Parts: sequence; C-alpha cells; structure tokens
Amino acid sequence: MTRMAHQYFDRELGLLDRAAYRSQDIFDRELTTVFARTWLFVGHESQVPHPNDFFASRMGADHVVLTRDKAGEIHVLLNTCRHKGMRVVRYDEGNTPVFTCPYHAWSYSTDGKIAKVPGQLVGVQSYQDSYCRQLDKVQWGLVNARVQVYKGAVFATWDHDGPDLLEYLGDMKLYLDSLLDSQDGSEGGTEVIPGVIKWRLYANWKACSENFVGDPLHGVSHRSVEIADIGPGGVSGASRHGMEAERERLPWLMVSFEDKGHGILSTAPYEVTDANADIFPNFQNPVGPLDRPDVVDAYFRETARKRPANHAGRLSTGMYQSVGGIFPNMSFHTMFPRTIAVWHPIAPGVTEGWRWCVVDKAAPQEVKDTARHHFMRYSGPTGLTEQDDMENWSYLTEATRGPIARRFPYNYQAGLHAERTEPSLAGATVSDLKNTELSLRGFYVAWQRHLNSADGADRADSAGESR
Amino acid sequence: MSLISEQSQLPVAASEPPFRHGGDVPPPLGRWNLDRLLLTKEIEEHLLYEADLLDQWKYRDWLELTTSDIRYWAPIRRNVRYGQWEREQSSELAELAWFDDNRATLEMRVRQLESGIHWAEEPLSRVCHVISGVRLIAASPSEDAADEVCVRSRFVVYRNHQEDEESLFLGKREDVLRRGDSGWQLARRSIFIDQSVLLSQNLTILL
Repeated sequence: MTRMAHQYFDRELGLLDRAAYRSQDIFDRELTTVFARTWLFVGHESQVPHPNDFFASRMGADHVVLTRDKAGEIHVLLNTCRHKGMRVVRYDEGNTPVFTCPYHAWSYSTDGKIAKVPGQLVGVQSYQDSYCRQLDKVQWGLVNARVQVYKGAVFATWDHDGPDLLEYLGDMKLYLDSLLDSQDGSEGGTEVIPGVIKWRLYANWKACSENFVGDPLHGVSHRSVEIADIGPGGVSGASRHGMEAERERLPWLMVSFEDKGHGILSTAPYEVTDANADIFPNFQNPVGPLDRPDVVDAYFRETARKRPANHAGRLSTGMYQSVGGIFPNMSFHTMFPRTIAVWHPIAPGVTEGWRWCVVDKAAPQEVKDTARHHFMRYSGPTGLTEQDDMENWSYLTEATRGPIARRFPYNYQAGLHAERTEPSLAGATVSDLKNTELSLRGFYVAWQRHLNSADGADRADSAGESR
Repeated sequence: MSLISEQSQLPVAASEPPFRHGGDVPPPLGRWNLDRLLLTKEIEEHLLYEADLLDQWKYRDWLELTTSDIRYWAPIRRNVRYGQWEREQSSELAELAWFDDNRATLEMRVRQLESGIHWAEEPLSRVCHVISGVRLIAASPSEDAADEVCVRSRFVVYRNHQEDEESLFLGKREDVLRRGDSGWQLARRSIFIDQSVLLSQNLTILL
C-alpha cells in the first residue's frame, strides 16, 4: 500500500501546513503512525501502589488499563474485551484481581496463579458446552502493550520491535530526570498527588504539545497571571513560578532532539555545586489555604544543601526551571508547580487533557499541600495560567476551518538563524537564543517522519494480532 | 475533619462531604414556621443577589460577600465501583480538585479578570446562573435569630463565549453563610459539578 508522502512541514523555511491541525485524514494516520508506534506516558506507579490496583488510561484513541499484578509487576492492557470489544474496565481506578466484561462475562486476570500470561482469559461463560473447552485462553487474552517504567513514570507502546524506552528518550532522559528525581538530587523518589485533572479542549493535540516542547514566546498569553501575582510564595513580581530573577543565573538553552521529536527549554547539562544548588523558588508568604512557606522554604534549602553530594558524578539540567515535552503528547514542568500533562487525541479539533502534580515522596505533608494548591490554581481549566493557553489553542484550531485561511501556513521561523549542536547532548540541536522556535521545528520534523512511515502504520495495525 | 471553619457554630458535623453517592441526606427540618420561612426566603434572595453580581461581572463586589476565612472547594468526580463512594469525590485534604480557594486566591482570580487581558474572558462571556432548589439545612443559634446557616442549592450555569462556544455547568452546592455587619457572607462553598471529565475547556467563572 502506498501511503501519501506529502510534506506538511518545511524544515528549511519553518512552515507548517494548517491541514496538520484540521485534516481528518492526517488525524487518522497520526493514530497509527504516531500514537501506535511511540512510547506514551500512561500513568505513574504511585497510582497503583498495591497488588491488583488499576488505573484506566488512554494510549492515543485506545483505552488501556494500567495495573499492578500480585507479584508487583506493572502491566498495560488494551481495555477491550476480545469477544465483542466491550470495555472490560469501566471505572477510573480501583482494585480487582479479575477484569470481567459486563457483556458476556469473559474474565481476564494478571494473577500468575491462574493466568500464564498477564491479562489472560481465565473465565468464559459456557466454556464446556459452547466452546468444548477448545477456546485458547492465552491467545484470547487482553492485548498487552510493551511497558517500561522509568523512575516511577509508566510508559507503554504497541511497537514491540522498536527501540526501548531509554533509546527512545536519548539524552532527553537527562531532562526527564529533573522531573522524576528528588529535589535533594537522589535518583527517583517522586510520586503523583492523588487525583487527575481531566478535561476536553477544542484544539488539535499538537497545539498543546508544541506549547510545552518549546514555545518561550507566548509570554503575552500569561501577562494577566503575572499582573495577578499568582506566584507560589506570595512575592510580588516573582512570576507564576516564584523565581523570575533566580532563573537567569543559569544560562537558558533551548534543546531539540530532532530525530526523536522531544524538546525542552532548560539549561545545558551542568555539574551541581553549592554555587548553583541554591537556585529555587522564593517562598515568603502563604497564599493558598494550606500554604506553609516556612516549611517549604526549609525543605528547599535542606534539599539544596544535599544536592551537590547526591548528584556527584551525574550532570543535572534545569531543576526548577524547565518546560518540555516527550514526543508525541507528554508535557512536563520541572519548576513549581512540577507537573505532567498528556494530550489525548479525540478528533482533529478535540483533545482530552490529563494533568498530574509531581512531588517528592519524602517531602513533608506541608510541602505537598503547598505544591498541590499552587498546581490547582495554575493548571487545567480552572487554573489561572492555563485557561489562557486553552483559549489560544482552541481558537487557532477553529481558524483552520476557513479555506482561505488554510492556504496560509503557520510560521515557525523564530531563531532559524541561531542553531548549533551541543557536545554534551547526543543528537541535539540547541539554541542559546531563548526566544526561538527551534524545538517546535524539531517536533514537526519527527511528526512528519512518523506520518510518512508506511511500514510503521502497518506494523502498528497488526501489533495486537501477533500477541 | 472540620470542613466548615473553626469559627463555625453550626450543629452540622458532617463526617463525609455532602452529596456523596449513597451518603447521608439531611432530612427536612420539620414542620414549617414563619421564622424558617422568612430565613429561607432571606437566604434565597441573597443567593440570587450573588448570582446577579456574578452574571454582571461584579466579581469584586461578590468578594465583599465572602468572609476572610472563606473556603471555596469543588472536588473532581470519578467513576468508581458500586459502594466505593469514598473515592467518588476527590478528597479535600489530600487530592486535586477543580477549586480549593481561600480569600487570597479568589482575589487573584478577580485581579486576573480585572486585568482586561485574561484572554479566556476577554471579551467577557455571557453568563447566566440559574439557582434553584434552595434548602435550609441548619441554622445557628436559632431560626429566628440566625447568624450562621448551612444551605443547599442546585445550579445550572450557562456560559456563551465569543460566537458559538457554549459551556454548561450543572451541579449542587452546599454553602455556609454567616451574618456580617452588612449582611450575609459566604464562609464556605462546596461545589459538586456533575461531570468527571470536564467537558468545557475553561472554567473561568465562579459557580
């Protein structure tokens, strides 16, 4: 089958065809060439702390369930009954040893005592009389995604033969570390605060992803929150992240992994020393109802003191000051609030946003409560900052409806003249110019390559059948 | 867990958040009398006054109708197995919520609106708060001399933004109101939006 190899993104000119946000055909191809091939964030280990805990999630347009078996292993199963396709998990979360379909009661389990493979079919109505015990319960189990857990973050893919997660991340891993490592510099040790913010927005999913991958030029979107002084420490002019001046102490670096599509506005990798470990937000006055700036400040100071020793031998990146994205649809902040977002594609002009708040597991409750409250007034549809993002993303998506407007491509030319490689980051193109669209260009180069990969689509389409 | 406020004199000591699936439902207060009728009517009018202020974007005036220790909370709702209803609403003390504001953060919302460059509300939407089903749950110290009340209501809030963007928020509220020098003030509002995935991209308004 010949796939259309149309170029929607012109790397040299920095132009994107608006069809990318509008076309149903492109959207349908994204579901197989992008979402069925790449590593997707499906949730965090701390959401399923106990055996048989589950959390219903999505991978692109597919429903999945993230679950932990009795032995403690994490699995991601396609949430569709192998009999007639009904969703077998209909709760957002819960705990069960067996997933039973509400239609004809086909039952599946991850319990190694009764299932040879995770998600295996363990119960079929009328197994003896109607199937003469001939139905192969292993073959007709729930479809398993390939799963890898990195420092608590659970990623899954349908591409069983592709690169493993660390290879897929490449040196972007260094930046993901500043999201998932503890503030004191020890590896991992983070968790998500219970509760996931979920909402529909009427924008193309890429408008959301690209904003995090590296769009430092949208300051005017957020002028109103700076006027309202929403910063976490109740310090006027300290910015919505509470550290405007501090952030200037380490040089900015825009980083784009063009071969992978990841990107981030952060710093170059650096050695943690006493001279830079003290760069963190300003907490002076309580703002939210449970804010304890004294406890938070003490925790940040204490963890900063420990960071150089705990981080020895490893380079750090943009702790408390990065905003980035893992291709295709996972976004994150490493600042305050420390967050994860996933943009699930629903239709060309409809996206479902999911939002998590990340904290150090070992942090005092007062620190978690302060972070939680800052997150709530920052993020999602009720968040002061992101309400204005959504307004821009949705109305620019809406504007692709006009046939005349559609003739005019989006402009991604900012910083085209200022790109270089960075020896400390494999495969990265970087820019010392903060106000560049470098990472957006990298995102669309990777997107275009996926879109044109006919073999990827065919592999993904048949991924489940071979399992 | 004291969800109301330390200052509250109300006899309600809710062991669980209101409107929980399968949870306790406060029964009617009993045979009606004139004191209760007048008090209910007075509270109802106050809630409608609040709605007028919000619909006319007089948010700063609305703030004046809140106490300095106000808590404004709207939990996330979840799909859970029958009987596991303690997980149906996100927990106020440990989990994320749509709103969990105090006076200072509500004031931030107002300041942002007043900036004139809060794009999600610039130009301002047309908003209509329909408040009904006002039910008096408790009055303290008595119905004829109440200075604190707990009241439930239903809301249907319509928002029309730009040309054709429509949002509809439906749900229930439980409020604690306290009588101040210049009238009733909101000390606590718990809002139960009847959606799990919020189907509107912005919730820029107060409910």
